[in-house]
Amino acid sequence: MMPGSTSRAESRSHADRATKWAVSLPPSLFLIAFFLLPSLLMVAASFRHPGEFGGLAPLFLDGRLQLTLETYRFFAGDFIYAEIFLRSFVVAGLTTLLCLLLAYPLALLIARSPKRRRDLLVLLVILPFASNFLIRVYAWIMLLGPAGLLYTPFAVIVGMVYVHLPFMILPLYTNLEKHDPALLEAAQDLGAGAWTRFWRITLPLSLPGIWSGTALVFIPVLGMFAVPELLGGTRDILIGNLIKEQFLDNRDWPLGATLSILLTVAVLALAALAARAGRLRGKTS
Amino acid sequence: MRRGPWLWAAALAVYAFLYMPLAVVVLFSFNDSTLNAEWVGFTTRWYGKLLDDDEMLRAAGNSLGIALAASAVATLLGTMAGIAMHRWQSGSLRLLPFLVLTPVAMPEILLGVSLLIFFRQVLDLTLGLFSILAAHVTFSIGFVAIIVRARLAGMDESIFEAARDLGASPWQTFRRVTLPLILPGVLAGFLMSFTLSIDDFVITFFVAGVGVSTLPLQIYSMIKVAVTPEVNAVSTLLMALTLTMIALASRLAPDLLKARQQ
Amino acid sequence: MAILEIRNVTRRFGELNAVDDVSLAIEAGEFFTLLGPSGCGKTTLLRMIAGFDEPDEGALFLDGQPLAGIPPERRPVHTVFQSYALFPHMTVAENVAFPLQMVRLADDEIRRRLRETLDLVHLADKAGQYPHELSGGQKQRVALARGLINRPRLLLLDEPLGALDAKLREQMERELIALQREVGITFVFVTHSQQEALALSHRIAVMNAGRVEQVDVPERLYGFPKNRFVADFIGTINLIEVAVAAADAHHLRLTAPGLGDIFAPPLAGIRAGERGAFALRPEQVRVLSSKAAADLKNHFPGQVRDYLYLGDVTVYKVALENGAVLEALEANAAPGCAKFHEIGDVVDVGWRHDAGLYLPG
Repeated sequence: MMPGSTSRAESRSHADRATKWAVSLPPSLFLIAFFLLPSLLMVAASFRHPGEFGGLAPLFLDGRLQLTLETYRFFAGDFIYAEIFLRSFVVAGLTTLLCLLLAYPLALLIARSPKRRRDLLVLLVILPFASNFLIRVYAWIMLLGPAGLLYTPFAVIVGMVYVHLPFMILPLYTNLEKHDPALLEAAQDLGAGAWTRFWRITLPLSLPGIWSGTALVFIPVLGMFAVPELLGGTRDILIGNLIKEQFLDNRDWPLGATLSILLTVAVLALAALAARAGRLRGKTS
Repeated sequence: MRRGPWLWAAALAVYAFLYMPLAVVVLFSFNDSTLNAEWVGFTTRWYGKLLDDDEMLRAAGNSLGIALAASAVATLLGTMAGIAMHRWQSGSLRLLPFLVLTPVAMPEILLGVSLLIFFRQVLDLTLGLFSILAAHVTFSIGFVAIIVRARLAGMDESIFEAARDLGASPWQTFRRVTLPLILPGVLAGFLMSFTLSIDDFVITFFVAGVGVSTLPLQIYSMIKVAVTPEVNAVSTLLMALTLTMIALASRLAPDLLKARQQ
Repeated sequence: MAILEIRNVTRRFGELNAVDDVSLAIEAGEFFTLLGPSGCGKTTLLRMIAGFDEPDEGALFLDGQPLAGIPPERRPVHTVFQSYALFPHMTVAENVAFPLQMVRLADDEIRRRLRETLDLVHLADKAGQYPHELSGGQKQRVALARGLINRPRLLLLDEPLGALDAKLREQMERELIALQREVGITFVFVTHSQQEALALSHRIAVMNAGRVEQVDVPERLYGFPKNRFVADFIGTINLIEVAVAAADAHHLRLTAPGLGDIFAPPLAGIRAGERGAFALRPEQVRVLSSKAAADLKNHFPGQVRDYLYLGDVTVYKVALENGAVLEALEANAAPGCAKFHEIGDVVDVGWRHDAGLYLPG
């Protein structure tokens, strides 16, 4: 059926219309109530005053709307927040890079294995990742504790890499698996050595996979609070910890909301960037 | 294709990195020592101790109940959303994918804190079972919808028209044709929601309040304090449960494992 | 009274008139074909008959009753889809019995009709199999059985032979004809293949750009196309631009620039001076050595441009003196016949005075 036709035929069946709304309204209403509305409330909360005993101050006081840019000013005025944001980006970047270095050889090996063995090798990647996230962090508490490495920046990075590694392996593998082996044979036939074949053929073609893996690792690491809290020291806190503190410990919701908004903006910008990079690459390949 | 030995070596090292920590967790759940430092001897007493831990059992009960209820609701709503996203892509329903897929893609902490504000500020609700349940449904709907939509996308549209043509009403078409065909996807979606719910820590952490605990919250509070073999035991049990769910799910829908990466 | 009447039906998609003021009357028991290139509106028309779409203007009547607003499931009209649309989770028997279950027939009646219908399409031994276990031709027969089992007033067939290979298609064409004769149900068949249409139909409606160009029995459609579109779409045809020099009750004298006079069969209402095209089927054209052509009324010198040897026949392209190229079809029926005209040979082409047709406009 072609879109854009405004005719008697479009509005023909009340039954079809009723079906459409009966099917799409319940999930829509649920998500508007429990996702869209809360998200908008968070934006609003970032412009409000903190309550006397935590939470938010009343929206109306003496008949006037109580909105403020206070928290944004506060954020801009204190160097420590910028530092934590910067540190979060460094940790996320480092985690992504390490994940990429560990994931690439494994993804390549799986992609070039005989077809019937590939599913098993992929399953072996997914299985540990299916165990509870806290258990995976706990495993490193056990391992790093006796070695005296717990509560260090090193422990945070190891934990982050361990928790997010499959998110890099799987998109990379999905991409590498689609490469036509004839391309490498053609390159070899035309005189390219093993190293050249990797740099000039495999790597450039796998860039879309690298980009989606990067998005899947970088973004969650930015918002992560449990890994630094369990494996890191007091000086290793990231954006996630900061947000959590505002909501559960300091009870400064407007500041927490502001930090969340800034995190959202960073995430959206990164996602847009990754999507763009992936699309550009997709066109050339 | 020739694969260099270095590639095998690197891959094996990564597999070791993935499995070794978990193997240690499982191993020490059978260690006859309160310290997780060295192997003393085999025991199952930590599992026995779990059974006497009332708090842990209550948390496990909560987790199970919430997971069952949340995945039932999420499966119903997610299936509807998946069908709607597949069938109607014009008008106001163009916004539906945004509503359904964003909660899947955004960092969990953001959904957690926005729901915290919502429950406390708007509904003025004491946090507890209901808020956890609603939060879990919210992030699970998208996963179910993705799986159901993927199943529908692989189908010949004309079979639904054929059913109507041969005398089936819209409801009969759904019952006799659509539902049987998407059923594996719906069941896979249910298992997926169940695993997501029973595993969730971050969002639950924000919306649980003080009165109610779940298994991940209980584990969190334990490992924040100390490393004990009891944690190893509960971890091992949880891993066994997740493995069972995955085995079931991959039986029902081989494409499920792929859906999880998206 | 016609079983289906389509009265001034128009269906628009945005600016485009997919179906443009179409009127047709289909008789009971007929094998009727909608023929046209893709995008001509034939499938849109079929979907309106089935009830998946409604006209913007005009109306459809089945047995004299208006169809407007009646959903597909309540129309006694079934469709055989291009993709067959067999339910993949049901066996052959379950697929075929589906329409009977929808009208809540008694179980033993369903069993009886099922056996009867599966016998009709020679699928009794496949009843327990699933669609993915069947060949293309078998799927086709299941779709037919499913569409016929509760005796609809009309069976619509949307390019059902498109997915089959050439050999199987010919076999299915014969089966379709026999089946339609046996069950006596009115078939409305949609295709873009003129060969299928000619082979199967009692009557054909040729459609182009949403309009019906001509409705006729196959022989007349082939022999007496109404206009250039129909002439060109049905089979292969040579078109020579001409002006009418003289017209009387016995013949038309046409003048082709740079070629001379062509004598054509008479046509009512044609006046000297008007312009049009002379249409001639390749099998009507003879390719002869220059001397043998003299006893044909129309004959012109030419040169062989190329030929295609197809086994049973050879198709020649002959360039005439005014630059026009004529296609000619010579049967290779004579035993040991190996006498080709070679490329570059100077030949005569000729045809009888009563061959060909003048197309005005």
